[in-house]
Amino acid sequence: MIRVLPAPRRLQMTFERFRLITGAASLVAPLLVVGLVAVLYRDAVPSIERFGAHFLVGTNWNPVTLDFGALPFIYGTVATSAIAIAIALPVGVSVGLVLAEPGARGLRGVAGTGVELLAAIPRVVYGIWALYVMAPFVFTRFEVPVSRGMSSVPLLSGSPSQTSLFTASLVLAIMILPTLSAISRDVLRAVPGGLRESAVALGATWWETTWKVILPAARAGIFGATVLALGRALGETIAVTMVIGNRPEIPVSIFSPAYTLASVIANEFAEATGSVYPAALVELGLVLILVSVAVNVAALLLVRRTVEGSR
Amino acid sequence: MRPSRNLWRRSSTAIARSLVYGLTAVAFVPLLLVLSYTVLKGLPAASHLDFYLHVERPVGIPGAGVAHAIVGSLVMVGIASLIAVPLGVLAGVYMAEFPGGWTRTVRLAADVLVGAPSIAIGLFAFALFVAPFHHFSGLAGAIALSVLMLPVVLRTTEGAVGIVPGGLRESGLALGLPRWRVTMQLMLRAAIPGVVTGALLSVARAAGETAPLLFTGFGNRFLSFNPTEPMSALPLIVYHDALTPYPSLQQQAWGAALLLVVIMLVINLVSRAVIRRQARYVAQL
Repeated sequence: MIRVLPAPRRLQMTFERFRLITGAASLVAPLLVVGLVAVLYRDAVPSIERFGAHFLVGTNWNPVTLDFGALPFIYGTVATSAIAIAIALPVGVSVGLVLAEPGARGLRGVAGTGVELLAAIPRVVYGIWALYVMAPFVFTRFEVPVSRGMSSVPLLSGSPSQTSLFTASLVLAIMILPTLSAISRDVLRAVPGGLRESAVALGATWWETTWKVILPAARAGIFGATVLALGRALGETIAVTMVIGNRPEIPVSIFSPAYTLASVIANEFAEATGSVYPAALVELGLVLILVSVAVNVAALLLVRRTVEGSR
Repeated sequence: MRPSRNLWRRSSTAIARSLVYGLTAVAFVPLLLVLSYTVLKGLPAASHLDFYLHVERPVGIPGAGVAHAIVGSLVMVGIASLIAVPLGVLAGVYMAEFPGGWTRTVRLAADVLVGAPSIAIGLFAFALFVAPFHHFSGLAGAIALSVLMLPVVLRTTEGAVGIVPGGLRESGLALGLPRWRVTMQLMLRAAIPGVVTGALLSVARAAGETAPLLFTGFGNRFLSFNPTEPMSALPLIVYHDALTPYPSLQQQAWGAALLLVVIMLVINLVSRAVIRRQARYVAQL
């Protein structure tokens, strides 16, 4: 006779406890996201109450007269990120295409390792390299000739500087490249193989297959990768702080010094005294995290839909 | 008409293809440049034994080192790991075991945390663990780093447990093992290489982070093992010393950068070896 024994009570309890313990641990990440926003909001209140919406459009940043406007930093953050994306996108998608291509396993292995290492190098190492190696080179070989040759073009004219909006954009482009490449690879791999095979069977060349079949099929995912990289670029702190020149004004030229939200916090927060000044800096952080959460959620949903939709 | 069209198609695909591969090659130029310059400029400082044994000295006095930063990094990353790894593993196990709406929320939150600006995490740790005590501390730095590490550990654990073949779970349950033991002793155990890889990668990430430490660990010119005091860290040395006008300090910054890069390379190599073992092990199951 077969009799199914009920599990002993002790073990049932343990399963419940197991679920409870692991479930409690799973609470931490969502709580941290909410906590980050809540804590920064709490500490930004003196600044929010004092400046209101003017904070976001004011162009003055004066700790002496306690007049704070965030526009130069918002401009610097958005401009560096946009230029970085424009530079890194073609390169990142190319790397993604090579990594997602069937065959050539050895080459893909090397390229994949390279992308991982590029992502793993600490930001501050990019910073010191950009400051001492890249910035002087870019200054003499690119910024000076271009600003001289295009002295009538609005955003390129003016006297160039070694530490500038453009230098920061360039190092940002390098740092977001792994994000762009890795996610492009994932979404390109998720394109059903049948599509590629059908195109090749119809006699399409490699480029026709890639440009007219593969890339359109992965469009939403690549857009998601771009937005995700944008999110990373907006929040990058250390390397940008080291090469952007730290000048709190909206620059006339992309070769002039500028400032970003993250770098002004990095530079000034430890020395900010009183109540309004640190609160203003925390409000910059609040703006940064709210934008970052919004951009990240949007991008993740886009990428997830493409990658999971193909399965 | 026809031959010229074919010629156009063939040449355009050749040009486009070489462009794509060329751009891919361009992507690795910065990697090679960063690595080679760091080795070149960092070796003079990092090849002295003093560099590892002594602490900061006034500019001009030889024999300065970064021992205080090495200790600070070890202590802060160590404490951060003690917080983030157990929490991350438990949460990751929950997500692999109980898929559903809540798990999707946790996953999204973790991915958002990975992308959150690290400077904002520094402000958060400052508000909770520095401001109430009125002084900077290594502990606050460790907590900031653990916030960065947690989502990495959590996501890799979830992934590693998720790829263990379901047959293992069914075998365990068929033998009458309670479900929590199947999870912890069979599934998690089979996933250990993946979990270890995740923990290692998160340690590498935390060891290289600067921004969250600026107003938490803050930096300390002296050797300190006490996490309730301000502590230095290797990335802080690179950041602060690189921006000074003194060549000797700049050299020290490059040395610390080299040390960071070496740590990163070693952790990556080890984690690759571990992950290969996992792949082989899972293939056997």
